[in-house]
Amino acid sequence: MAFTNELALRCDGLHRYLGQDDARVHVLKGVSFAARRGEVYAIVGPSGCGKSTLLYLLGLLDRPDGGEIEINGQLMSTSDDAARTAARCEHIGFVFQFHFLMLEFSALDNVMMPMRKLGRLSQQEMVERAHSLLSSVGLGDKTHRLGTQLSGGEQQRVAVARALANQPSIILADEPTGNLDVKNSGLVFDLLTRLAKENGQAVILVTHNPEIAARCDFTRPMRDGLFA
Amino acid sequence: MLMSLSCTVLGVGLFVLTQATTSGFEEFFIKTILGTDGAMRVEDKIQDTLRQMTAGGGSDFQISQRQGLKYIEGVEEPKLIINALKDFSNVSGAAPVLRGSVLVRADFKNESAQAFGISLEDHLKVSDLGRQIVQGDVATFREQPAGALMGRVLADRLQLSTGSTFILEAQGQRLRYTVSAIYETGVADIDKMRVYIHLSEARSLLKKPSGVSFVQVNLFEKDRAPQNALQMQEVLKHSAKPWQEREKSWLSTFRALRISSAITVSVFTLIAGLAMFNTLAMIVLEKTKDIAILRSMGYERRDITQIFLWQAGIVLTIGAVLGCIVGALSTLGVSYMPLPISGIFKTETFVVSWNAWHYVEAITTAALMVMIASVIPARRAARLEPGDIVRGTAQ
Ligand SMILES: Nc1ncnc2c1ncn2[C@@H]1O[C@H](COP(=O)(O)OP(=O)(O)OP(=O)(O)O)[C@@H](O)[C@H]1O
Ligand SMILES: [Mg+2]
Repeated sequence: MAFTNELALRCDGLHRYLGQDDARVHVLKGVSFAARRGEVYAIVGPSGCGKSTLLYLLGLLDRPDGGEIEINGQLMSTSDDAARTAARCEHIGFVFQFHFLMLEFSALDNVMMPMRKLGRLSQQEMVERAHSLLSSVGLGDKTHRLGTQLSGGEQQRVAVARALANQPSIILADEPTGNLDVKNSGLVFDLLTRLAKENGQAVILVTHNPEIAARCDFTRPMRDGLFA
Repeated sequence: MLMSLSCTVLGVGLFVLTQATTSGFEEFFIKTILGTDGAMRVEDKIQDTLRQMTAGGGSDFQISQRQGLKYIEGVEEPKLIINALKDFSNVSGAAPVLRGSVLVRADFKNESAQAFGISLEDHLKVSDLGRQIVQGDVATFREQPAGALMGRVLADRLQLSTGSTFILEAQGQRLRYTVSAIYETGVADIDKMRVYIHLSEARSLLKKPSGVSFVQVNLFEKDRAPQNALQMQEVLKHSAKPWQEREKSWLSTFRALRISSAITVSVFTLIAGLAMFNTLAMIVLEKTKDIAILRSMGYERRDITQIFLWQAGIVLTIGAVLGCIVGALSTLGVSYMPLPISGIFKTETFVVSWNAWHYVEAITTAALMVMIASVIPARRAARLEPGDIVRGTAQ
């Protein structure tokens, strides 16, 4: 593939403090990292080491206190909200650690929401794409269930399908298989790796599962706000 | 959602109801008074007095100066005045009235009163006299040269009913009349004082072969009476008194009432607005997680504001419609409330006013409040970094 090995995401010397005054914690202490298209990266490390914090920064959901973030060659760490929002829509698919669906909406609607914003597909095409994404995470028969009528694992799979909706070049997933049984975590992981290879997407996932980590192209162990 | 909806409904409904109930009496009073004494009276001829002053210094320079106004009682040439009045586009009718003090002699009792000599057809165009008849018929009066229309209170005092006869005494002469019909305006001062007779009869009774006391004028647009009066005064050289000036004391009483009710309405509106603000802010707060999700997918701040505006629009639309219905129904309910009043007007029940503007004002106010109450919290929520919301550190 043409984009394979192109740099999709790069960050350099990221710092992030959380909390205020006395409770202020230096969570990220100069993290540098790069991800290429078509590769799957696993970030592993003990709870509280700053994995989610890093992922929020990379997903442009939060601003770093120091350091640079580049998405597809464009410096994003200092750009304004409009540019960051547009980049999120087009280039980034994010799976939250606690999945976060819009619970009053159906699985189908949830998956279609990013597509609606991007506005590249017709209504018909959006429905079809949402259906096929939900089928590929094993939820083809539950597309019309509301978020509240889905189990935790099912919600997580809808969230994965949603992150893939706009074919982003970068997929950031915070423990996408954390709630899933062996069969479904295999399903989701296989889907993510297949897409990375087929579409030339960079997949960065946080996982506590050593088997999953072992099957990624790269594993980056993290400890206390730094890559080991 | 339900909470802010009920706030809107309540706010709009209350707004309409308070407006309807507070302006009702005033409007009814104005209607009564206009229906009785017309929008304007042209009376008393103006006499310009020119004073000539010789400027000092021995020059022949003369200064003419208007020095106040002098009046000559009554209208000497009613026909001329009425014709001239018809040239004013706002005038819908003008009727001559000859007024004089009389003594009413009935079998048991005498009462002093005012005889109003009217030209019936003209007078019906400048008053609601035709609709104020409570006993008998105007047609009877039309046919009886010596007929009279007597006020309800006066007729009761003299124990007269339709068909009874009585004597009017004025200028030392006595003439016999028949009660053709009895009217009731509700205005006590009128109902106990006025006896309407035909103008020609009044002329002989009051010994006034020409001229009238005043010309009663009715207008298409009553609110323009003061301006019209000024113009008429200029053109006709007669004093013209608009109803606003004539009924000044009552109108200022009503104005005071209106101000006090405006304060009540504003307090209501403020409370409803605060409640709405609270609930809409709460809705936004509940939705901050959804806002973070939408923002993480690339929805812009503007999109978020729009979603909440859209929601507010729905609340507003439903709230306004229901509120107007609630307002109209409660107004209707209040209008059936028994509340007998007579003296300045006559009513058996609470007087309400039906005015589309009340509804327009209520909806406009509600729209303003809902929009403010939803835009501000939504904008504030949309400004947060999604990461902060997700992590729970949003402030
Ligand atoms: N609002 C906050 N104020 C202060 N410190 C915070 C705040 N939020 C998180 N932290 C700290 O930041 C560190 C990193 O948190 P983060 O959520 O990134 O960890 P993580 O590696 O994702 O852990 P897990 O594997 O449990 O999800 C933790 O030590 C946490 O205590
Ligand atoms: Mg985490």
